[in-house]
Amino acid sequence: MSAVQILTGNQAAATAVKLCDVQVISAYPITPSTSLTEMLAEWIEKGELKAEYVRVESEHSVMTVCVSASSVGARVFTSTSSHGLLYMHEQLHWAAGSRLPIVTCVINRGVGAPWSIFNDQQDSISQRDTGWIQIYCRDNQEILDSVIQAYRIAEEVYCPVMVCYDGFVLSHTMMPVEIPEAEKVKNFLPPYKPHTILSPEEPLNINPVILPTQRRDAQGVLRDGYMEFRWKLQHALEGSRDVIVEVNRQFADLFGRDHGGMLWGYRTDDAEVYLVGIGSLATEATMAADMLREEGIHAGVVGIRVYRPFPREEIRNVLKNAPAIVIFEKDISYGYEGALSADVKAALYGTGISAPVHNYIAGLGGRDVKAAELAEAVRSSLAAVAGGVMERQTWLNCVTE
Amino acid sequence: METRDENLSAMCRPAVGEAGRTGDWRDATPVIDYTKCIASLKNRPACYLCWLYCPEGVVIAGVPVQIDLDYCKGCGICAEECPAKAITMVLQKEAKP
Ligand code: SF4
Ligand code: SF4
Repeated sequence: MSAVQILTGNQAAATAVKLCDVQVISAYPITPSTSLTEMLAEWIEKGELKAEYVRVESEHSVMTVCVSASSVGARVFTSTSSHGLLYMHEQLHWAAGSRLPIVTCVINRGVGAPWSIFNDQQDSISQRDTGWIQIYCRDNQEILDSVIQAYRIAEEVYCPVMVCYDGFVLSHTMMPVEIPEAEKVKNFLPPYKPHTILSPEEPLNINPVILPTQRRDAQGVLRDGYMEFRWKLQHALEGSRDVIVEVNRQFADLFGRDHGGMLWGYRTDDAEVYLVGIGSLATEATMAADMLREEGIHAGVVGIRVYRPFPREEIRNVLKNAPAIVIFEKDISYGYEGALSADVKAALYGTGISAPVHNYIAGLGGRDVKAAELAEAVRSSLAAVAGGVMERQTWLNCVTE
Repeated sequence: METRDENLSAMCRPAVGEAGRTGDWRDATPVIDYTKCIASLKNRPACYLCWLYCPEGVVIAGVPVQIDLDYCKGCGICAEECPAKAITMVLQKEAKP
């Protein structure tokens, strides 16, 4: 029997990790991710979760443990936030390049300087080029379900997956969450089969120095060069879209919850303005859309669930008739614009879709963002669009002069 | 047509190297003159600074002192540190195997 419990986002994630029979966990505490791994550590200590918990001195070593354990065939998990994720950065590349299906929860928090413990998405967005799949969650149910889906996806395409959710807004907020039956999760998630079996009988040198060109190994087999391996990673991420969509579909069939695959839409059918966002900010945008509709402005919302691989086709499809696009995001690619805004515009290039795109940088370092403020931003953008302003970048709720 | 490399990530099997157990990167080989080496002269364990300083741990501290040339990389630190100037680095092509 599945049961409903009132859980924080971190408790929902920990519950999913337990259901997935994770074998090795390594983590270093950092707010707001700490309570997730504390819960896992407690279960291991009580013998409720048969996993090994590896304590290390830093997040860099955390990811090294994950890489090693995953290489020898263990299902592994870690979670972190902000500076912890940044400290892992070098090993994130190693995990992706080694094609290891590691699942990491990133509990989104702003990065210093200056210090902030509060939420934005600068930490994970700035890791987008490491070769990890990135899934962003809207609510605590989606966190639990996405962690389970993440292992299926990761172990099928042999790419690591980050399951990202907003610090405090989701990680420490309680919501009803349906806990699936352990047996059903087992059926959905077959045991992990590593792409390479390591054994003392057949020793291998993993990730040796590799030359720019293809080269014959000592056995005479032509081995790929650096670029071929990097192409395989890109090919795997591009190809993972189909797997992500299919896993979401199968999950919906089995558990009755459809989180939208690559992205989700809200009241998009007849929309005259599209609000686009990631994570809980996109949820907030749905309330803004309702408010706008009450006053006769047909607003719809597009929530990006998977940011890498980027939902190129899905974006083109959902925005093909968009008269105006307003993008809200909790990150900034300094010296340019919001990363999501740049990516959405790039996806539209060459399609003939030439809608105005206004970009709002919002909620950095935990600054509060209310639905009414999003609605007001949309009203102001629509007025500017009527005046012919095609492109605009605004820092919402920020003193800029 | 050549079959593709099926590995998803880079890896290789250990194999015989160009110089046997390793590659052939050593340019100069340490050669010990036992008429100068302190351990040999005293005919008992002594000095062993070469053993202490060798970054590869390939000096065998016995009487006489020996060097495992399978793994010696030819850096010459042992020759530099030897207080008796008993070790000479001989260019690889001149050294006897
Ligand atoms: S040459 Fe270098 S590696 Fe070889 S024995 Fe001397 S110190 Fe060791
Ligand atoms: S350092 Fe020189 S003298 Fe001392 S043990 Fe080595 S070879 Fe002999």
